[in-house]
Amino acid sequence: MKIQQLSIFAENKPGHLAGPCRLLADHGVDIRALSLADTQRFGILRLIVSDTAKATKLLETAGHVVKTTEVLAVEVSDEPGGLARVLSELEGSPVNIEYMYAFPFGHQGKAVLIFRFGDPDAAITILQAKGIPILAGDVILKA
Amino acid sequence: MTETTQTPTFHPASAPDFVPAPLLRKLQLDRLQAIVGHAYERVALFRERLQGRKVTPANIQSLGDIAKLPFTTKTDLRDTYPFGLFASALKDVVRVHASSGTTGKPIVVAYTKDDVAVWTSVMVRSFAACGLHEGDIIQNAYGYGLFTGGLGAHYGAEGIGATVIPISGGNTDRQIMVMKDFGVTAICCTPTYFLHLIDRAGQLGVDLKALPLRAGVFGAEPWTQSMRKHIESVTNISAFDIYGLSEIIGPGVAIECPHHDGLHIFEDHFYPEIIDPETGKVLPDGEEGELVLTTLSKWAMPMIRYRTRDITALLPGACPCGRTLRRMRRIGRRSDDMLIVRGVNVYPSQIEAVLLEVEGTLPHYQILLTRDHGLDQIEVQVEVTPQVFSDRVGALEALSDKIMDTIERVVGIRIKVTLVEPQTIQRSEGKAKRVFDKRGQT
Repeated sequence: MKIQQLSIFAENKPGHLAGPCRLLADHGVDIRALSLADTQRFGILRLIVSDTAKATKLLETAGHVVKTTEVLAVEVSDEPGGLARVLSELEGSPVNIEYMYAFPFGHQGKAVLIFRFGDPDAAITILQAKGIPILAGDVILKA
Repeated sequence: MTETTQTPTFHPASAPDFVPAPLLRKLQLDRLQAIVGHAYERVALFRERLQGRKVTPANIQSLGDIAKLPFTTKTDLRDTYPFGLFASALKDVVRVHASSGTTGKPIVVAYTKDDVAVWTSVMVRSFAACGLHEGDIIQNAYGYGLFTGGLGAHYGAEGIGATVIPISGGNTDRQIMVMKDFGVTAICCTPTYFLHLIDRAGQLGVDLKALPLRAGVFGAEPWTQSMRKHIESVTNISAFDIYGLSEIIGPGVAIECPHHDGLHIFEDHFYPEIIDPETGKVLPDGEEGELVLTTLSKWAMPMIRYRTRDITALLPGACPCGRTLRRMRRIGRRSDDMLIVRGVNVYPSQIEAVLLEVEGTLPHYQILLTRDHGLDQIEVQVEVTPQVFSDRVGALEALSDKIMDTIERVVGIRIKVTLVEPQTIQRSEGKAKRVFDKRGQT
């Protein structure tokens, strides 16, 4: 249920995103989802890729600092209120959302939300209790 | 694995380290009188300075009389470039070395055959103090060439009967391959280069703890106790600080013994004083000041009261190892390393200590100084390491804030800290250059 997400440190400078993306492309690793957190000081590129182990090795050999974290993917209907419904279900629960990002995923009328929870296992329990569907990893990786 | 206090075994080459103090003082005075006479006779600059003070070699009747002699500075070596301070005929000089000379002309130093023998002997005694002996395989990763490190360590390592690998600096992957394949037991290089070797070995999947490597002889730049702890925690080596400078002889002026509490100065060849860098007044043992060294037995180019710019203290009391050679505290800083930023004294070693404290290991970093509208700007760039990296923005911001706060607490001014990508700060294969002062250009 948990999906491996890679994070890479990137300086907040022009051209610093192209490098890692090109490296993955050259070796046939597909980027399935992506989010960039940028601050005035630096950026963090977060990726979900088709082959996590291969991508980690490629990036580390190229000198990047790579961190793997577990995230959850939740499917919502791609319509006004889809996200709000999930968030209000989580509101008041003890799980903490560190950050999240969303993208339409080629499903008919569905969008996917990627959540980084402080405690992903606790989050799974709560989401399941609320009847919110969690996507299996291979759905994201192979879709 | 640093303490070997119980029944130490001493190398025979170490015998001069244990000469009773009164005899050592007598030897120092005899040699001082001889070398002052030699320099007075052969070096015009020295003779003129003594005449200006109405002092002759005959005025040196005790070791304390050394204070009557003028200091020698690096500027004197530059002003007399290349051979102006030689005290031997060129035909008797068998070797010259020179500083890297990053700005202007290098400084040149010279050795007679006997001087090379003295240098070799102090390097042999240095290796012996580190517990090395015949049968050791020593990888000498100091640069060979005009720099004194390479050849100095080479002669000493051969002198003690070890197998020497004269690999010189650079080509880190080959260094690691040789270290592993040749069964290297000791390495000589700068401490920052060894940190780089550790990093690279990790990337290559080489476990340094699994190798027979048991000693590192690190010098040519100041390093810290926390760097030693880090090195010793990720390898099985005992890390020894070696001190030296080309102007005096090269490496082998002072060395740590296995107690790692200060460096024993080879006083039978190099007479140490600590002075107040402002007034030039000699300070008693135990007080911190600038180290001044006099070569007692170097004939091609004697250095009388050479101001090293290194800040240290002579440690009072005897070392448990039994050596009668006095110890100097490890060099934490040089008086000319000091940066004055907006009127505040900043030592790069303070910033290094903060990075070690906050991160637990020493990241690669550099200090940049610029001037903006007449105001000094200082920035510390720190490479992000896997140990501190996080996917959460807040964690990285907290890290750089913590570094900034700790620097402010230690140094007294707020310094901008920028996290940069790994492998973006230039690596050094010799002395690390950490400070880039561009205030003259902006």
